[in-house]
Amino acid sequence: MTGVAAIAIALVQLVLFVFLAPLLIGVIRQVRARLEGRAGSGIWQPWRDVRKLLVKNPVRAVDSSWMLAAGPVTLLVSSLLLCALLPLVGTLPLPLIPSDLFVIVSVMLIGVVALALVGLDAGTAFGGMGSSRHMTVAALVEPTLLLAVYALSIPAGTSTLSLIVETRLENPAVIISPVSLLAMVALAIAIMAETSRLPVDNPSTHLELTMLHEAMVLEASGRDLAWLELGSWLKLAALLGLLSNLIVPWGVMTDWSALGVVIGMGTVTVKILLLGVVLSVGEVFLAKARLFRVPELLAGSFALALLAVTASYLVA
Amino acid sequence: MTALEAGLLGQTLLLVLAVAAALLTPTRRRSRISGTICTLLAAAGIITGAIALSGGTGSLSIPTALPLDPLVLSPDRLGGLVMMVVSSVGVLASLFGIGSARVASASRTAWLSMAVFLFGMQLVPAATDVVSFLLFWEIMTLGSTALLLAHHATRGTVASALVWYSAMSQLSFFFVLAGFAMLAGLAGGTGFDRLATVDPYSWQASAAFLLLLLGFGGKAELVPLHVWVPRVLPEAPGHVAAAMSGAMVNIGVYGALLVFVRILPSGPAWWGVLIMALGGVSALYGILQASVASNLKVLLAYSTTENMGLVFLGLGASVLLRADNATAAADAALVAALLLMLSHAAFKSTLFLGAGAVARAAGEMNLDRLGGLGSRMPWTAAAFGAAAMGAAALPVTSGFVAEWMLLQALIHGSRVDGEVVSVAASVAMPLAVAVIALTAGLALLTFVKAYGIAFLARPRSQEAKQAREVPVIMRIPLVLGALLVIVLGLLPGPLAVAIGSAVGPELTPDVRTIGLAGVDARGIDAVLDPTTFVMLAGLLLVPVLIVLFVSARRHPTRISPLPWAGGGSRLRPRMQYTATSYAEPLVRVFDDVLRPSRDVEVTHVGESRYLVERVHVEQSVSDVVETRLYRPVLNLMQQFGILARRAQNGSIHRYLSYSFVALLVVLIVVSL
Repeated sequence: MTGVAAIAIALVQLVLFVFLAPLLIGVIRQVRARLEGRAGSGIWQPWRDVRKLLVKNPVRAVDSSWMLAAGPVTLLVSSLLLCALLPLVGTLPLPLIPSDLFVIVSVMLIGVVALALVGLDAGTAFGGMGSSRHMTVAALVEPTLLLAVYALSIPAGTSTLSLIVETRLENPAVIISPVSLLAMVALAIAIMAETSRLPVDNPSTHLELTMLHEAMVLEASGRDLAWLELGSWLKLAALLGLLSNLIVPWGVMTDWSALGVVIGMGTVTVKILLLGVVLSVGEVFLAKARLFRVPELLAGSFALALLAVTASYLVA
Repeated sequence: MTALEAGLLGQTLLLVLAVAAALLTPTRRRSRISGTICTLLAAAGIITGAIALSGGTGSLSIPTALPLDPLVLSPDRLGGLVMMVVSSVGVLASLFGIGSARVASASRTAWLSMAVFLFGMQLVPAATDVVSFLLFWEIMTLGSTALLLAHHATRGTVASALVWYSAMSQLSFFFVLAGFAMLAGLAGGTGFDRLATVDPYSWQASAAFLLLLLGFGGKAELVPLHVWVPRVLPEAPGHVAAAMSGAMVNIGVYGALLVFVRILPSGPAWWGVLIMALGGVSALYGILQASVASNLKVLLAYSTTENMGLVFLGLGASVLLRADNATAAADAALVAALLLMLSHAAFKSTLFLGAGAVARAAGEMNLDRLGGLGSRMPWTAAAFGAAAMGAAALPVTSGFVAEWMLLQALIHGSRVDGEVVSVAASVAMPLAVAVIALTAGLALLTFVKAYGIAFLARPRSQEAKQAREVPVIMRIPLVLGALLVIVLGLLPGPLAVAIGSAVGPELTPDVRTIGLAGVDARGIDAVLDPTTFVMLAGLLLVPVLIVLFVSARRHPTRISPLPWAGGGSRLRPRMQYTATSYAEPLVRVFDDVLRPSRDVEVTHVGESRYLVERVHVEQSVSDVVETRLYRPVLNLMQQFGILARRAQNGSIHRYLSYSFVALLVVLIVVSL
């Protein structure tokens, strides 16, 4: 029975997030536009973009291979997997596939690799440049990410996310413990780097030389670009959802009930959109860091994560 | 005669046959005949290993005239497992050799030593005493050395690589010999069961531990004994490199397993810490060097150091946790180390075979001059891609499952029932997780670079442009290897159970199969079912594909020579990113560790200070261990040699006086 309920929750999460992710991007862009004194294009523009891209003929370069078509689909599927596996609306674990954080990080890495290969496939200087920087950042984020996972797993005694969220729900003191706070800060920086946000990457840049994410998708068009964009948005939405459920776990459904699903959907939507607004406001005040300053930032977040783990042995 | 004895005898007979075939067959048919017999020899190894793993018994006793115990060959379950692994790689390498061996690598010596090499490797895990272990160890080393000699006539670099290889492999042999000698002296016998009576807390045992760790670490290409690897493997033909890097390193791991699991399973905690440190440093250093390498084979060679480092990290964690009584996590770490060894054998041999195929098709190993091979060599590209995913530990390959298991063991290792087990464990485990994470991240970059630069994009040289797919006989082992990488990843449950039975009967890891061949490590509460996982991903793919096909029917793809191209930069393939430029940010970030040497030479137009005619940039990354550790020692030895030359000037009078003085000294010493 819990198996069926878990599958239902996964389906709900998928549908909700496919709908929510472009909206989240729309909100982030709109808030930013208003803060900068522009009118903005409205919160539904990302949705319109996707629809537009899907009815266009993709243009591919002469020597590009199947990777330019398969890579975007892979990225999208990996992001969809994230939405299905993470405890966003409810914490019911899927049978045989627990929401193990190490597995989730690996699923995310599949998308990272697919994007990097798409960048290389077109055979241009900018694509290669973006791909190289993207992979360098991804490689340096990895230690922070896994150590933060380790720190989060200590109070729950497991790396299964649904159990970690449930532990936090039952025992809110865990959330404000120094271990958890340090780990959350480290995780937040890692997520910013993974999703190509400021200060690691500027998502709204038009200057190729400063691009990370955008440089890789330059050669993609039509539905290829639509998959890439939607995949990246879904990843951002899912990771923000995870972050918000770790900080404020209330509202997440732990036992199956129709009302619980509605509450879970409502709270996670509100949480993600609020976090999106915070992100957007924060980004107005931030400038993109120089590429070779990024490792320093990541080293700092790594130190926080390591401190979180070691503190858990000293404090607890 | 039991099945196991028949298997051991069969391997010996096939060796004799292989030697005869290598010597007697004409040049034209040699590769086909000798390659087939080598394949059979390796296949016999797989069967024998499988019999031993499933609990078959039997022994082959070789009487000697020496005043020692007789040499007895009788692989136990663990030996059977390792024998299976190295023989499987042997099958792939021999099959590939049938198609790929040409001219020098198809000579009599080459095929003869290939057979000897395979035979030695396959029988090391069958040894039950020190002498036979060392005997087959040396047969393996000599076979591989002669095998590498094949190309010495055509390439000058082979000779120097070979000197490094011989020196380093004899050094590690010396360490192993000395270590075993200490244990044997203490135990009063050379059989492994006798050695097991040694008290692991005595100082002799600790000295032996250090020597054996260095010796086996040298064979497993660990830092600082890895210096031969980036020199030797690029010089070896693809199938030989696959056999060395995919199979021979496992013998080093087997040696370590033999000592830390079979002979001295309850060593002190600091042994574990030391093994972990050695493994961690090797993993980081190996992958860092691999990520900045531009030569495909050098890249793969350094990545072997990385993977073996991770195996030893797991092994060390298991020793440390066992000493701290965190048995469940210790068992899981041991299973993870063995899973890593298995998956490494599969993906690294496939990668080296793929590199061999590329070398044959394009005649080029420098990634900076490759590119666009994916459309020209689709089979090789697919196999290399699958194996690269394994090396990058992406789901759902075998590499991923192994690394996941190791991480799970580590995060559950520092606490048992909520209690911290020891200070050492609570410092070592987070650091180990961080090392694995950085290693995994860099491995990702390394293999995206290797695959993306070589097989995607546009050819960066004429040779790459004219590359053609290799013949069918070479594709078969490539595809087999790639399938192994994926299938081993989908079946972690049965694999873990088999490994659990192999490390028994003293150790009983609590692992079982769950779901569709998934693994359930009950001791540490970790469940993973890759098959279900793939099915879920497949389900999610369905709606995406439906939208894709509907959209593709209405709006077909257009191919354009200049779709966007940022100011026409697609015009020349030279303007693409190369492997060197791909790793450039990393070289800058890790500048202090890698210490690259850069040389920028600017030629100006005429007398102008501002107009530049040409800029020549040269960058090379050398092996810091070699330049900082080995060079000083070698220089010292050379200076000693120069000094010694003064004493040896060739004058007969001087030599006579030396012997007279020596005689006097002896007489005085004796009379004292």
